[in-house]
Amino acid sequence: MGHFILGRKGRMIQVFNEAGQAVPVTIVEAGPCTVTQVKSAKGPDGYNAIQLALDPVKEKSISKPELGHFKKNGVAAHRVIREWRLEAEPSQKAGEVINCTVFKAGDLVDAIGWLKGRGTAGVMKRHGFGGRPASHGHMCHRRPGSIGMHSDPGRVFKGKKMAGHYGTTRQTTKNLEVVVVDEENNLLLVKGAIPGPTGGLVCVQTAKTGVKKVKKAQGLDLKKKNPQKASAAKGKK
Amino acid sequence: MHKHDHIEKKHLRKDPLPKFTIGDTVDVLVKIVEGDKERIQTFNGTVIAMRGRGAGETFTVRRIVQDEGVERIFPLNSPKIAGLKVKRSGKVRRAKLTYLRKRTGKATRLVERMNTTPNTSG
Repeated sequence: MGHFILGRKGRMIQVFNEAGQAVPVTIVEAGPCTVTQVKSAKGPDGYNAIQLALDPVKEKSISKPELGHFKKNGVAAHRVIREWRLEAEPSQKAGEVINCTVFKAGDLVDAIGWLKGRGTAGVMKRHGFGGRPASHGHMCHRRPGSIGMHSDPGRVFKGKKMAGHYGTTRQTTKNLEVVVVDEENNLLLVKGAIPGPTGGLVCVQTAKTGVKKVKKAQGLDLKKKNPQKASAAKGKK
Repeated sequence: MHKHDHIEKKHLRKDPLPKFTIGDTVDVLVKIVEGDKERIQTFNGTVIAMRGRGAGETFTVRRIVQDEGVERIFPLNSPKIAGLKVKRSGKVRRAKLTYLRKRTGKATRLVERMNTTPNTSG
């Protein structure tokens, strides 16, 4: 079973590993999170999930329905609630605290963040199009250019990248390595960049894919040796 | 002080290097691993730039090897740097000595700065 925690994104720094290599890491202030509700497939909810809360706040800071939800489960008021679905029946109970020690250095995680809103954005910002030069007689600078062919097919293909609303979406970066777990300060240092602004909400969960990378990190042999080649090597000896 | 500075502090080097600045001629002691042996190599040259702060701080050392300019950028907090010795301090008036790149021979010399205040940190 994997693990899940809520946190706030900090800035990026550089740390050095045992080999003396510089590793770029993002600071995540991870938890501690309180379990506010446990949902079970056998119960009225019909599916397995745990609900975590981050950032304790004063009771007056949240709405009455939210406060009622916390009180029903016997938990203090928090600002953020997120649910995490599980395949198996969750072992946690409401009121339990989850902190960053559920992860250990070397684990692979997926980090989920929420992007800054950019409003209506052009194709250069939204999709990274190249655009054209600003000067030397160019009459078109940031436009997308041609968006298709002629009377055959006579339409624009679905999914064509165009200008439009950009940002405020959820984005996941998969298979990031946990470099340091700082229990004292409730911190995770995760290798690489995480989506979203500094101070934004981040969900860190055990990587769902990337098993190969996990095995590699654990030093396991990925490639099964070809038995024919092995026997041929023996024959030579 | 930024909220996360104390986290960064943990990843700074435990054995601070002696105080040095731009224009100094220094010996950088670099750990080199050859097979399973480790030895220390000295890179001698002039500090021509320092960049960044905190865990990601770096400095650039320039020297001339066989009439060819060689520059190495060292991360200040790298565990591969075993130590640093300040050999000579140069009198300079700017933060980046990129002008030394265009100069050869005697023109690359810097006027030595005599210490008016004793260098306390070594």
